[in-house]
Amino acid sequence: MADYKLELKGICKSFPGVKALDNVQLSLRPGTVHALMGENGAGKSTLMKCLFGIYKMDQGEIILDGQKIEIGNPDEAMKHGIAMVHQELQPVLARSVGENLYLGRFPVKKFGPLKIVDHKKMYADTEMWLKEVKMDFPAKAQLGTLSIGQMQSVEIAKAVSQQAKVVIFDEPTSSLSDNEVEALFRIMNDLRDKGVTMVYISHKMDEIKRIADDITVMRDGTYVGTWRAEELSTDQIIEKMVGRELTNIYPEKEQDIGEVVMEVKNLCSIHGNSFQDVSFTLRKGEILGFGGLVGAQRTELMEGIFGIRNVASGEILIHGEKVKIKHPIDAMNAGIGLITEDRRGNGIFGCLSVKDNVGVSVYKKNLLAKFILDHKTINKIVDDSIKMLNIKTPSMKQHISNLSGGNQQKVIVSRWLANDPDILIMDEPTRGIDVGAKHEIYEIMRSLAKQGKAIIMISSEMPELLGMADRICVMCNGKLTGELDNQDEMTQEKVMAFATQF
Amino acid sequence: MAKMNRKKINDFLINNGVIIVMFVLVIYTGFTSDNFFTSNNLMNILMNISARLVIALGIAGCVITAGCDLSAGRMIGFGGCIAGTLLQKMDYSNKFFPDMEPLNPFIALLIVMVICALFGTVTGFFIAYLSVPPFIATLAMMEIVYGISMIYTKATPLGGYVKAYTDIGSGKFLGINYLIWIAVIVAAITWFIFNMTRHGKYMYAIGGNMQAAEVAGVPVKLTLILIYMKAAAMYGLAGFMLGAKSGGASVQLGYGYEMEAIAACTIGGVSVTGGRGRVSSAVIGVTVFELLKVALQYLGVDANAQYIAIGIVIFVAISLDIRKYIAKK
Repeated sequence: MADYKLELKGICKSFPGVKALDNVQLSLRPGTVHALMGENGAGKSTLMKCLFGIYKMDQGEIILDGQKIEIGNPDEAMKHGIAMVHQELQPVLARSVGENLYLGRFPVKKFGPLKIVDHKKMYADTEMWLKEVKMDFPAKAQLGTLSIGQMQSVEIAKAVSQQAKVVIFDEPTSSLSDNEVEALFRIMNDLRDKGVTMVYISHKMDEIKRIADDITVMRDGTYVGTWRAEELSTDQIIEKMVGRELTNIYPEKEQDIGEVVMEVKNLCSIHGNSFQDVSFTLRKGEILGFGGLVGAQRTELMEGIFGIRNVASGEILIHGEKVKIKHPIDAMNAGIGLITEDRRGNGIFGCLSVKDNVGVSVYKKNLLAKFILDHKTINKIVDDSIKMLNIKTPSMKQHISNLSGGNQQKVIVSRWLANDPDILIMDEPTRGIDVGAKHEIYEIMRSLAKQGKAIIMISSEMPELLGMADRICVMCNGKLTGELDNQDEMTQEKVMAFATQF
Repeated sequence: MAKMNRKKINDFLINNGVIIVMFVLVIYTGFTSDNFFTSNNLMNILMNISARLVIALGIAGCVITAGCDLSAGRMIGFGGCIAGTLLQKMDYSNKFFPDMEPLNPFIALLIVMVICALFGTVTGFFIAYLSVPPFIATLAMMEIVYGISMIYTKATPLGGYVKAYTDIGSGKFLGINYLIWIAVIVAAITWFIFNMTRHGKYMYAIGGNMQAAEVAGVPVKLTLILIYMKAAAMYGLAGFMLGAKSGGASVQLGYGYEMEAIAACTIGGVSVTGGRGRVSSAVIGVTVFELLKVALQYLGVDANAQYIAIGIVIFVAISLDIRKYIAKK
């Protein structure tokens, strides 16, 4: 018997422009729960995806039971007894639990010359596996009718049914209620007793202390170290996660901050597990950072303010006056702009030109005889913003999809600037952008603030948050858990402490 | 260098493949048949194109927003029948409204377009506000409109139109048939709407990325309703034109035209995934389609085999068109 059930050695993985994993290692003792920790973007999920064969690693080896193995795709991983419960579940909601459990490997029986799906066996086996993980919903229930926790236990049952010896849990509790977390831990303890080895990715310190045997910490795609769980205190874990120097690629901060332009009071989402009772103020000329872990509901909050998501209660005051925002058009009229996190999903119009991508926000302001588009003025606006933000494009007729991520982002910024908002909300403004373009975006943000715009910046990258924000609000699990307005107070440790205050 | 040129030629052939093939086919037909290249025949082809173009331009708006409109064909029949009942001669024995003076054709046209537009608005409402997929919403409207047309006309064909109405089908201005002029004007107006108004730009934005359009403050719902309303009014106009041309109408008028129009749009380069397509796409598509039909007829291809040819052209055209965009990525 080898010392370790599974070892990863010298794993390297690069994406275009980023080295996501640099010589990372991970060693799992058999029959333990191994917590993998690190900030957003530290490379935890990437590492697990390499192990599970979703990504192909550039370098490194995987050793299972002392034997070197190759994993080219998830199917091979499963054949080696490795299963993964994904961060974002991807079930077929419209089909039954049994069908989801046996998707891709339906039991079949002979029907004359044909092979048909053996429903009876499938559902009987499903019932058995569900019992195994102590879940008591019917195998024929439609998956979409279950809670997220129950869906997760279906995933776990699936892993168990494949006789998995190594199960990876990628932030399984991020959307679970307390009861569901308890149920999950019960299953994990059972599995551990049966000798199953588990990798557990989570940000929640108290959970780690409860369930983990070993802890491995990663930072910026590198390996920091591995410890027994009882050796480390929560503070030590945080320190190891964030322990890095800030590099100075950020423009100097603004001292001249003006009056309050927006006040958000007790804003609550219509969904209980989304943002609740959030209040904050935003001042002219400042960059207000919103920190927190992925899933802290920051995006949802901003979308609520902007009228994309429904708000159950609370109010928004702009320049001291109460405004009703039911639709993005209301938000625009109130002088708010939103640069969304998911640039491809709800930012750019991929098949349209740079001009159309910028112009969409100003068509209604540039009309001749009230209905004919004033192409001359619009061209000038677009041309000016291409020059001002230094957008690299052969012409304004270029399809935006042919531009780099950084230039696409600048186009979106131009779209909103063309509409001249007082308040600009930027959700992860530098996600998926290379370092040079990041710096340009920072310069643009700072100069906008200097011009008197108020900027809200959501950022999950700690250095960016600390380097750019004049003030930081930290959210955790839908609630505003802290606010840091003194530059000296703004440390990674403080932000992290608020961000994990579940 | 030679390699570059060859690539360019290849690209050109792929990007314009269908049009080139069509051009060759037309030339071939022209030289092998005696009376293909006569002004009479060409005028005839243009006449056929005119109503089809109006329909295709209506449907193009829906397709650009990644939708479709299955109700077009029945809406044409409906429009043709309403126009017919309002424009019959007093001395026609089977007159639908025996005591009613025939209306001025332009007023009748207006009535037809308004009624069709109302139905289009209902379709648009279901699509925009209740998120019914366009395929299903327009399918439902197709059934409803058909039923209403049948009840309204009692399933009897209409005829005996006043001269003022049939003149629209046969009269000429500057040697060119009125129907062709109508199509040209509709194309010009549509071009204007697509390129020079907010509505047109919003339409492309919705087709390009509906979520992004919503975030960017585009009035998505209103725009969608307007698109289906406008399209339905154009089908009404097309029905009116077809009635004028043939001097009669029945509920079956225009049946199946919606599929041809969608096919024509896509052949011309309107993308069914949304966001792409111009007025010229519809013009090219409809022209290619009609020329193909006529050329096959002239070449003596069996009428039923023509369907097969048309099907193959759609397959090839769309495959080539999709290739253009995939290659760009």
